[in-house]
Amino acid sequence: MNRWVQGLRELRGYPSAVGGLAIILFLVALSLYTVITIPYSEALDRWRGGDHWQMNPVNAGPVWADRLLGGNLPQTRVVESDNADVREAPFEGGKQVRIPLTFEYDNEGFPSELNLFLNQKGTQQEAFVRLTWHTPSGETIPLGGQRVSEEDRISISQNRALEGRLGMVPHVGLFAGGSDPADPRAERGDYRLTVDAMLFDPGAELEADLAVYGRVHGLAGTDYQRRNLMLALMWGTPVALAFGLLAAVGTTITTLVIAATGVWYRGWVDALIQRLTEVNMILPMLPILVMVGTLYSTSIWLMLGVVIALGIFSAGIKTYRAMLLPIREAPYIEAARAYGAGNARIILRYMIPRILPVLIPTFVTLIPTFVFLEASLAVLGLGDPELPTWGKVLNDAQEQSALYNGFYYWVVAPAVLLMLTGLGFAMFGFALDRVFNPRLRTQ
Amino acid sequence: MTAEEPLLQATNLHTWFELRQWGFLRVGSVRAVDGVDFELGRGESVAFVGESGCGKSSLARTLLGLHNPSHGDVIFEGQHLSELKGEARRQYLARVGYVQQDPFGALPPFMDVRRLLSEPLIIHGVKDRDERERRICQALQEVRLTQVDEILPKFPHMLSGGQQQRVVIARALLLEPAMLIADEPVSMLDASVRVEILNLLRRIQTERGLTLAFITHDLSTVRHYADRIFVMYAGRVVEQAPVEQLLDNPQHPYTRALLAAIADVDADNALDERDVPDGEPPSLLHPPEGCRFHPRCPQAMAGLCDRQDPPLFEPEAGHYSACWLQDPERD
Repeated sequence: MNRWVQGLRELRGYPSAVGGLAIILFLVALSLYTVITIPYSEALDRWRGGDHWQMNPVNAGPVWADRLLGGNLPQTRVVESDNADVREAPFEGGKQVRIPLTFEYDNEGFPSELNLFLNQKGTQQEAFVRLTWHTPSGETIPLGGQRVSEEDRISISQNRALEGRLGMVPHVGLFAGGSDPADPRAERGDYRLTVDAMLFDPGAELEADLAVYGRVHGLAGTDYQRRNLMLALMWGTPVALAFGLLAAVGTTITTLVIAATGVWYRGWVDALIQRLTEVNMILPMLPILVMVGTLYSTSIWLMLGVVIALGIFSAGIKTYRAMLLPIREAPYIEAARAYGAGNARIILRYMIPRILPVLIPTFVTLIPTFVFLEASLAVLGLGDPELPTWGKVLNDAQEQSALYNGFYYWVVAPAVLLMLTGLGFAMFGFALDRVFNPRLRTQ
Repeated sequence: MTAEEPLLQATNLHTWFELRQWGFLRVGSVRAVDGVDFELGRGESVAFVGESGCGKSSLARTLLGLHNPSHGDVIFEGQHLSELKGEARRQYLARVGYVQQDPFGALPPFMDVRRLLSEPLIIHGVKDRDERERRICQALQEVRLTQVDEILPKFPHMLSGGQQQRVVIARALLLEPAMLIADEPVSMLDASVRVEILNLLRRIQTERGLTLAFITHDLSTVRHYADRIFVMYAGRVVEQAPVEQLLDNPQHPYTRALLAAIADVDADNALDERDVPDGEPPSLLHPPEGCRFHPRCPQAMAGLCDRQDPPLFEPEAGHYSACWLQDPERD
């Protein structure tokens, strides 16, 4: 309709509308990208944790933040035996394999962890491996030997004996290059881990991957379960937008229709609606949600349902009623009755469209309040048990004392996204208000 | 009066609005229409005249089915309005068109002309878009809005007052009514377009053979646009007659007062005292006993007018007046 087109054209004159719309479009684009590139089931599966993340460091900050502050902390690198110069020497009933895993280390600080992943193929027999560490300065540190099964992980960082010998945790001690244990400094240069393995089957193959875990990871960092926070931040966007939009649509439309119905029929219908609204207005929403979440389920869809159900008879009914009362008496409605329009048609086609333009801005500013509500529920531990959302990230961060431990990124990223959402919709909503609400017009 | 069956008949029609306290206690009734009888023939143009608050708009709304009569009934083409339900009632609504006072208010501001003219057709089951378009164009031509393509996409606020009222009339004509009810159709229009609209209504009425019921407070215009006049006072019809008879030979004192109040264009008479009755129309909540006009009537007869309600007398053929002065048995 051309009134809407005109209104939208007018919006271009408001910087806040343009800015708000840009933010909203960015969030929508991010949502679409996320949903297309990471399917829902995959997102849930990954967020559950497990082996998918085993090559990620624990509690690593975002790379860009470190680089921006002039740091040079290590990122995770994996040295694979596929690229190594593997030597094999057969003997009766098996073979001896030497895998040199070489890498260059030129970062400040130390890695956060050292793990060696071993994968033996073509045999059921256990193998025996012996590890030797070569530092750039030529020092050779034996890391001991052990039996390994088909698929095994040697956690070098957890090697207590080694820690005792080095006087520091291994992933620091092995890189310290003999510097003062009280103030260790990383030695730069080429390191080598030699894996000497005895395989007791001539047909066996051994793969060895050395994971040198970094202290920074990706755009968003990782959490205590090595999960890439980017997954939750990205998937949190469509979840938040969908929750906010559905809740806003659900409550606004039902509220509007109910208010219009009451105004149109008057009498006991109106009285009943008003009394229900008044009762509902004094019901505290958050405690009810907490109760539902505790007693039944914290599924986001159940929460959405409860939010909408509690929102139906909200204070909005009073506002809409006040706006609709004069419209009820408008001559065009009398005319519509005179040419035979039914009750439903009058309510939906003649009364509600009259106040819609005034409601659009309210509707837009309502969306982030529901986004915040969902996040608040998650922070209170009532988030969806499966879905990765911004609120869940905040909840995890809080439970792991992220701020106390200095993992600011863990709290800041979801909080910024939440604020961005609120800002975008608020800016756009206020501009819409100026365009569509005649009382706020300046000209 | 024609000998054939009247198109519309009102029998002892009452429209009372109940006043309630706390939603259920009845504390009285506003007697907006209080016992009205008349017959309207096919192709007849009548005017209901009276001061504001005399119940003429309530009467119009009752005829349109917007208010339910408290007593009595409206009989339209032999059907009792109060017995019509559902589809039959909708059919009745299609047979009676409504032209309102405020043309801008009468058009939904959020619909363009095409949309708002489609509405009655959609409601009455015209599903074919081309058929609707055809009928809309025809109706717009009939009200002399010939630039159809220009008018259709416009919103009501983009039209002039006269154009708006033409659209309202076109909307009333869309459903092929047998009768048009026009509630003060020109009182909110610019003086320059009033005559055009009145002529348009009159022309449509004669061309289509419609029954046209004007509601107006302005006696000066009715002569050219109505065949018969009903004068209403406090919810009753106090005088009814063919237009010439009523204007040239008014019987009821109230009618005489109304005629006297018409502005006189003769400058010599500007300072003349007029015989306009004092006071205001009576409360419709507690109408006076006897004749309702008696507190303001210069010829009120004590002991009669304030005691007994006058019936309709017929001082000359086709001319009825509810006043004891016309009682042939008086004196």
